[in-house]
Amino acid sequence: MRSLNTTRSKTRLSNSNLLFIIAGVIFVLMYGFALISYPGSFMQFQTFFDLFNLNAALFIITLGLCVVMIAGGIDISVGAVCGLVTMACALLLESPMGSILGALLLALAIGTAFGVMHGFLIAYLEIQPFIITLGGMFLAQGLLTTLHKDPINVTMPAFVALRNYTIEIPWLGTVNRLGYFIPSEIKPGVIVVVVLVILYAVLMKWSRFGRNVYAIGGNSQSARMLGINVKRTRFFSYVICGLTAGISGFVFLMTTGAGNIGNGALFEMKAIASNVIGGILLNGGVGNLLGAPIGTLTLLTINELIRAAGVQSNLQAIVSGLLLYIFIVLQSIVMALRGNERFRLTLPPWLKPQDKEVENQG
Amino acid sequence: MRSETVLNMEGISKSFPGVRALHNVDFTLRKGEIHALMGENGAGKSTLIKVLTGVYEKDAGQSILDGKPVHFRSPQEALSMGIGTVFQEIALCPNLTVAENMFIGRSRSRFVQWKEMNAKAEEMLSSLGIPASPTQELSSCSIAVQQMVSIARAIDMDCKILILDEPTSSLDEDEVQKLFALMRELKARGVGIIFITHFIDQVYEISDTITVLRNGELIGEYQTSKLPQIELISKMMGKALSDVSAIEKQEKSKSARSVPVFEATGLSSAAGVRPFDFTIEKGEVNGFAGLLGSGRSESVRAIFAADKVTGGEVKVNGKRVKLKTPLHAMKKGIGYLPEDRKRDGIIGELSVRDNIILALQVMKGFFRPLSRKQAEEFAVEYIQKLGIKTPSIDTPIESLSGGNQQKVVLARWLLTNPMYLILDEPTRGIDVGTKVEIQKLVLKLAEDGMSLTFISSEIDEMLRVCTRLIVMKDREIVGELSGMSLTEQDTMQMIAQGGK
Ligand SMILES: Nc1ncnc2c1ncn2[C@@H]1O[C@H](COP(=O)(O)OP(=O)(O)OP(=O)(O)O)[C@@H](O)[C@H]1O
Ligand SMILES: [Mg+2]
Repeated sequence: MRSLNTTRSKTRLSNSNLLFIIAGVIFVLMYGFALISYPGSFMQFQTFFDLFNLNAALFIITLGLCVVMIAGGIDISVGAVCGLVTMACALLLESPMGSILGALLLALAIGTAFGVMHGFLIAYLEIQPFIITLGGMFLAQGLLTTLHKDPINVTMPAFVALRNYTIEIPWLGTVNRLGYFIPSEIKPGVIVVVVLVILYAVLMKWSRFGRNVYAIGGNSQSARMLGINVKRTRFFSYVICGLTAGISGFVFLMTTGAGNIGNGALFEMKAIASNVIGGILLNGGVGNLLGAPIGTLTLLTINELIRAAGVQSNLQAIVSGLLLYIFIVLQSIVMALRGNERFRLTLPPWLKPQDKEVENQG
Repeated sequence: MRSETVLNMEGISKSFPGVRALHNVDFTLRKGEIHALMGENGAGKSTLIKVLTGVYEKDAGQSILDGKPVHFRSPQEALSMGIGTVFQEIALCPNLTVAENMFIGRSRSRFVQWKEMNAKAEEMLSSLGIPASPTQELSSCSIAVQQMVSIARAIDMDCKILILDEPTSSLDEDEVQKLFALMRELKARGVGIIFITHFIDQVYEISDTITVLRNGELIGEYQTSKLPQIELISKMMGKALSDVSAIEKQEKSKSARSVPVFEATGLSSAAGVRPFDFTIEKGEVNGFAGLLGSGRSESVRAIFAADKVTGGEVKVNGKRVKLKTPLHAMKKGIGYLPEDRKRDGIIGELSVRDNIILALQVMKGFFRPLSRKQAEEFAVEYIQKLGIKTPSIDTPIESLSGGNQQKVVLARWLLTNPMYLILDEPTRGIDVGTKVEIQKLVLKLAEDGMSLTFISSEIDEMLRVCTRLIVMKDREIVGELSGMSLTEQDTMQMIAQGGK
């Protein structure tokens, strides 16, 4: 019995929650730094809300990708799918039979179609997710340019009304120099973000599907032995990711009001970066879904900071890149310090050489 | 006198590319019976279990459960029909909590009732005396606890059949007794239990019936009480066991003793062993004895710098050196076979050959690769030396049987021909015949001038090969035994009392 007793039976923080807390603290520090450095802009509530107003689509994409990343996969087609959706919806809305509901359904359909295709190829035919979704990315980009080359402004009145609709928060705002109280405003897209965050957080924590996603991300071999349908779980993680990318395309259109071939460009990379910053480990199984929005906020705050500093915008990319290095190394160090594992970079399975799912072990 | 049959497997055959793992095997399990499934490494025991529980698809034959033919497509389906299984390799998810690992994949409800699940888990954990909290992440539990958790998962109080594939390999004596008590209770309730182990004593202690497999074929079913041990072993091996008593330790006279090859003073590591002194001489075999968790493994890990070394002085061949990483240690001629082969030992996707030459390659440096021919020769040589059962040297090590994977890791270190080799549980999960071979090999190596440290949970095995035992308790060295006092009784006493 002694050997058992010598092990710690005190509950310690799980890796997911630890990384989430670190992500939260980093965000708070970052925002605090912004407040001190540029009180003029960051002190205004509107600046904070605008992070959401202008980037709702990115927040949404990050959520979907987060599910796939926890399952141990990756989807780099999400940005292109988002862009394709904006163009397709814009075309539909500008056509005589355009309707908002129709456009929404189209967005969901396109997203789901990509998700189902990727999920099938990756889960059931067991092909590398990186390659498959790279194909999906090219496909979506190709379709996007085929649909229309030039930007389309959506002029349909009902949609313009939706786009311009703002929700005022009467009890939160700023008093301007003239002494007028200006209430903060949020856009409908933000509501979608909030609803999806809650929905996905509940899904990942309390649903059987969500826990299965963690299990297959942790160790798919064991998950199978534990009686989990690994393929089906993996399949649905991609479907959810695709569907979410579709939603994000619609929200993108609601934000900018125009279909454009540049829409959603590089969103997949920003979303991966946001998740990593939010404490979602690239090799799966570890991460709190709430880390996704926190990571996105951190990334956006950094960009805002750089903008406020007035330096060239290409510095944004440089800093984001450097930051990503730092975060991945930081995570590896944290994980190495807690486990008695040796220090190693937390590389995902799809980046390792010849990772084939071997039928079983002895 | 025999009670009714609950499971009948008939004419089971299963082949993998290049291996016939099972050929026309019959197996019968009765209610309230503890049935030991015995055989050498690679005999097909685990495969039989996996065929039954739907991990593998069988090539031929049928399984009849309670008189009805059944066909499971997953362990989950088998569980829902009352067959609980603990697989040889711990198959749990390290990133989930203990409670989740006990219940995931079993519930029909779409949502997780955390409170209810944790309460149920707590109840089971405490009834089995497992010191883990339901909300603890599994990765923070020791291997022994993880093994107990996987047993707890399989024990559904209304299961008909419980299958335990080497459940005791990382448990110590007390834990084994606890497991046996539980097995007896289930037996009394009419549960049929299939028990696989390489510990012959445990088989005779608990089982009613023994089925022996050899090379994927059924040798026979016997009543435990009517089958003498010697006969069991010869049935498993297909020949008589070479006489254990023939193993003769080379008791070196004091004068013949040569220089110490490795000396440490005040060595301590981040894993929490108390600073200790340690010396080993050329051609000596010594061992660390103590219960699981007493710090045996941590001590040798400190010697090899596998854990972060936090203090102490080290001399190799009389010269002061600083060993900071395993690579340093390897370059100084120290080899280490880790206890947990799954985490530190094997690289699953790589072939048997690549796994064998791994350490040698690391020592040569990656820029001076071994030629393919050389690698092949080495691999073949050691596959023969240790009797590793593998269809080819290109087979991924993952598809070898548990015991054969262990042999590959052993081969890797022997190949580097170190000056000082540390073996932590080298015979875990290895069949009796090979165990003796390994013990002989250790003595042979020592005779040729290699120094070895040997750790095993089986004291008699340590007594057979070691000339000096260092006894540990609570992460501290409490004493040393050698010469006349190197007996089972003295050792047990020292382990229990912690010094004299
Ligand atoms: N997935 C697989 N692919 C290929 N060969 C396999 C696979 N699983 C098992 N084998 C082979 O089948 C044979 C029987 O293996 P099995 O695991 O049943 O042995 P075992 O009796 O359980 O041995 P041990 O005591 O070492 O656990 C071995 O030769 C092994 O190499
Ligand atoms: Mg086995």
